[in-house]
Amino acid sequence: MSFEPRIVGFLCNWCSYTGADLAGTSRLEYLPNCRVIRVMCSGRVDPTFIIKAFAMGADGVLVSGCHPGDCHYIEGNYKTMRRIPLLRNILEQFGIDRDRLRLTFVSASEGELWAKIVNEFTERIKELGPLGMDKVANPTAEAEAEAVATGA
Amino acid sequence: MVNLTINGQPVEVEEGTTILKAAESIDVEIPTLCHHEILKPFADCRVCVIEASVGGKSRIITACSNVVEEGMEVQTESEWTLRSRKVVISLLLSRWPNVPILKELAEQHGIDSPPFVFDNAEFEEDACVRCGRCVVVCSEVVGANAISFAGRGSDVEIMTPYGEESPDCIACGSCATVCPTGHIKVVDYRERELVHSDIQLGPNSPIHIPTMQAIPNAPFIDTESCIHFQTGGCKVCEIVCEPGAVNFDQVDEEHEFEVGSIVLATGFKQFDPTPMKQYGYGKHPNVITGLEFERMNCASGSTSGQILCADGKPPESLAILHCIGSRDKNYNEYCSRVCCMYALKFAHLVKDKTEAEVYDLYIDMRCPGKGYEEFYDRLLHEDIRFIRGKGAEVETVPLYEGEEGKLIVRVEDTLAGSIRRIPVDMVILCAALEPQADAKEFSRLFGVSTDKYGWMIEKHPKLAPVETASDGVFIAGCAQGPKDIPDTVAQGNAAAAMALQNINKGEVELEGFFAIVDDKLCSGCRVCNDLCPYGAIIFDEEKNVSRVEEALCKACGTCVSACPSSAITGTHFTDQQILAELEGVMS
Repeated sequence: MSFEPRIVGFLCNWCSYTGADLAGTSRLEYLPNCRVIRVMCSGRVDPTFIIKAFAMGADGVLVSGCHPGDCHYIEGNYKTMRRIPLLRNILEQFGIDRDRLRLTFVSASEGELWAKIVNEFTERIKELGPLGMDKVANPTAEAEAEAVATGA
Repeated sequence: MVNLTINGQPVEVEEGTTILKAAESIDVEIPTLCHHEILKPFADCRVCVIEASVGGKSRIITACSNVVEEGMEVQTESEWTLRSRKVVISLLLSRWPNVPILKELAEQHGIDSPPFVFDNAEFEEDACVRCGRCVVVCSEVVGANAISFAGRGSDVEIMTPYGEESPDCIACGSCATVCPTGHIKVVDYRERELVHSDIQLGPNSPIHIPTMQAIPNAPFIDTESCIHFQTGGCKVCEIVCEPGAVNFDQVDEEHEFEVGSIVLATGFKQFDPTPMKQYGYGKHPNVITGLEFERMNCASGSTSGQILCADGKPPESLAILHCIGSRDKNYNEYCSRVCCMYALKFAHLVKDKTEAEVYDLYIDMRCPGKGYEEFYDRLLHEDIRFIRGKGAEVETVPLYEGEEGKLIVRVEDTLAGSIRRIPVDMVILCAALEPQADAKEFSRLFGVSTDKYGWMIEKHPKLAPVETASDGVFIAGCAQGPKDIPDTVAQGNAAAAMALQNINKGEVELEGFFAIVDDKLCSGCRVCNDLCPYGAIIFDEEKNVSRVEEALCKACGTCVSACPSSAITGTHFTDQQILAELEGVMS
């Protein structure tokens, strides 16, 4: 079976989520790997969420907000623009490729762009291969599961 | 007051009145040439000479420039006066024998032909008679000083410095207006392309009433084209306005209003078909847009509602081309929605007003409104040639008989399955409705998004059609997308009602989204204070903790994710909720 990456997308309510919605209502076809979590603003995306997502087995995380200057909350996306590069540095120290975390800007009218971004990002993650952090992050859970499975 | 007699008739006028004005007040006519109501008297032509005597001493003086004196006796028809005036007019006529205004004066004074002809006589009917009105108006009224007298004696001429294009000329046309012979003409010598010169959509005078339906229905001065605002001179309107309503000191005022609701209804602009070279808009004067046709068809328009070609003749045949710049992948993909119906209206009106053969070239006839389909059905019986096919091209090269001097519309008739050439006199392009040029920047001011074309996006296409992502900002009409008048009015009413709802309530209902600071966890680090774009986080100095003002908070959550001690919770988007969601999507 070919590798189907699991991607978590954090989308801001006003631009990117609406844009993704538009991709749906426009009946655009794109890869189904990205699972979307709606937040009010990309500024709400706590770096913890992203680390948690990787820890839970995500192969890639996509954060998407309004275009610079277009933030519904004036400047929330600027905060994200500062956080993401810092977080990428930290992820790299954990051995997670920088490309597994991506920040994009998609406006409410850019359904096509959203579809394109998801396709591109999914292809990139496919190239990078599975991350498998869930197994590293939760050895006890796995051990337990194994124990249950073997009936020990 | 001064008392005098004119032709024996006693007159009492104010001091400082000219003899000409005094005569006018008792309906005694004195012929004039260089005199003009709005100009200061400069007595150049001497046509208005009269005999005036004070204290028994008579002299011949000009009536326009001399003021009345106590006890003055004025004779406008005495032998001496007439003899003097005749000499003046004869001399003028000898220099310019064919100028109508001089011929008329000569006739009035019994001069049949010029007594002699000058060597330098000018025989044009519109010759310059050197009256000087233009020079005076340019220097004294307009204040531009672009033209003046040059040369001496009989060689005097009126010209710009060195006869070259003068940078001082503001092209106001005042000189042409006051010229008694029509020698000065305002022409567009740079040969600009003029599209259907009969159709003037813009204002033609600096003082005008914006539209016939304007509220208030009062004229205003367009400071960009008003002479006074360019040179500081003129003020002619102030002189002629009897109630004294003209006030140049008024300036544009900016008012700031604090409001709770805003309705954005900035409308549309018409697509400019010039880039679509195949239709020859801007090249052929009889290729016009729907809006230009509408202007011409309007009873208050430049042709008083008559449908005329550029040469002033009614068209014998006319083609209406749908979908110009809309439903076109090269320009706008969307349907402009209103064109089919107004095209049908045009066809009906042309049939009604002229004998013209009407061709209506459509892709699909879209008549989805109340009573619209019935109107289309009615027109099918009005002898209009409906052709299913988009007009491909408008050309002027005749190939067949009957095409000479016509515009030839080429179209694929998809019902007949053939390519046709239709010779017509006039082509109306149903140009697309487009968002205003600055729609995107404008919408951004209000935090309203636009789609890829620039139409504003509503909060929800079905459930919140006039609301936007910004609370209290509503949209109506074509700013949201192309639509016809009934839909626009309906949406406008809806937007107004939504705004009124806020006003009547007197209070704003908050959605349950905001941030809360837990006093016990807050360390008072104040990281969140500067992050909040709305200034909703207030620092409580006494307790040394931050506090969120719920009414100001818009629930973006930036502070929540930044709080180092996790003291801030965003309602409905708590860490636990998002993490649970994450677990859900990862399972």
